[in-house]
Amino acid sequence: MNQTEFVQIIQPFKDKMFRLAKRLLISAEEAEDATQEVLVKLWNKKERIQELKSVEAMAMTITKNYCLDQLKSKRATNLKIVHNNYRDSESGVYQKTEDKNTWSWVEKLINELPENQRIVIQMRDIEGYEFEEIAEILQINEATVRVTLSRARKIIREKMTNTHNYGIK
Amino acid sequence: MALNNIEQLLDKYFEGETSIAEEEVLKDYFNSENVAPHLEIHKPLFSYFSLAKDDVLNKTTALQTKKRYSKVGIGIAASLLFAVGIVTFWDKPSEKKEDLGSFEDPEIAFKETQKALAMLSENVNVGIQSLEYINEYEKSKKIIFK
Repeated sequence: MNQTEFVQIIQPFKDKMFRLAKRLLISAEEAEDATQEVLVKLWNKKERIQELKSVEAMAMTITKNYCLDQLKSKRATNLKIVHNNYRDSESGVYQKTEDKNTWSWVEKLINELPENQRIVIQMRDIEGYEFEEIAEILQINEATVRVTLSRARKIIREKMTNTHNYGIK
Repeated sequence: MALNNIEQLLDKYFEGETSIAEEEVLKDYFNSENVAPHLEIHKPLFSYFSLAKDDVLNKTTALQTKKRYSKVGIGIAASLLFAVGIVTFWDKPSEKKEDLGSFEDPEIAFKETQKALAMLSENVNVGIQSLEYINEYEKSKKIIFK
């Protein structure tokens, strides 16, 4: 497989990978890096890719695992956190204005959810995957996907109703 | 779409029982203009879902297309270079000693040495002279800090 073929294969879902990474890592830059990293991993496995039933499911699984690993190692090492703070202040003003425009409060509510709920909401409500596909990507059964999804949606509803009632939008 | 139907779909939605098609119906409804007032609170959620799909990856990925050399190959190349280097430069230092000339007569040699040393000490004195003014600082320091 050459590079052009590979790019054609990943084209339909590379944005989905990025959005999933961003949902988990929050920072767009880190999500970009993570997506790059995962694509390189896929590229190195390119000989085996063609045997797979669904490259997309594989790619999403790797993305999910990679991001969760990233989060884990970030929590484990103080050094990394210091580094991130430094990067944050560097991109300062530009980032803030961007945040104001694009980060609606719904996004904030979703990003406050536990990771597994965030993943399911992202894949179902935003990307529109079937339960079967989500179950395959997450390597759990469909019933669990439904339960997690329902729980996540209800938490969002509850939080939104509260915000609505208090009138603090 | 009847309001009744939408409410039913919403209930199903929160139970996680809607199909993709039904969710599309909900999205369409909430992205339209005429949303019933009591359902208005759900509007931002569904419009966010449609909005969030526009976020795309801007970076292009650099993939490694060059053949990777095996570690063994790199090792062999490195050790070959190392061996060639050692063979080439092994004897060089001893050859490099240049002949600077010498004096046969000890008398002349002594004089030449004296000359060279005199030149050296003269230059050192020049250096020391320019340090004289440091004493000025010392004086004024003594006036201030007794």
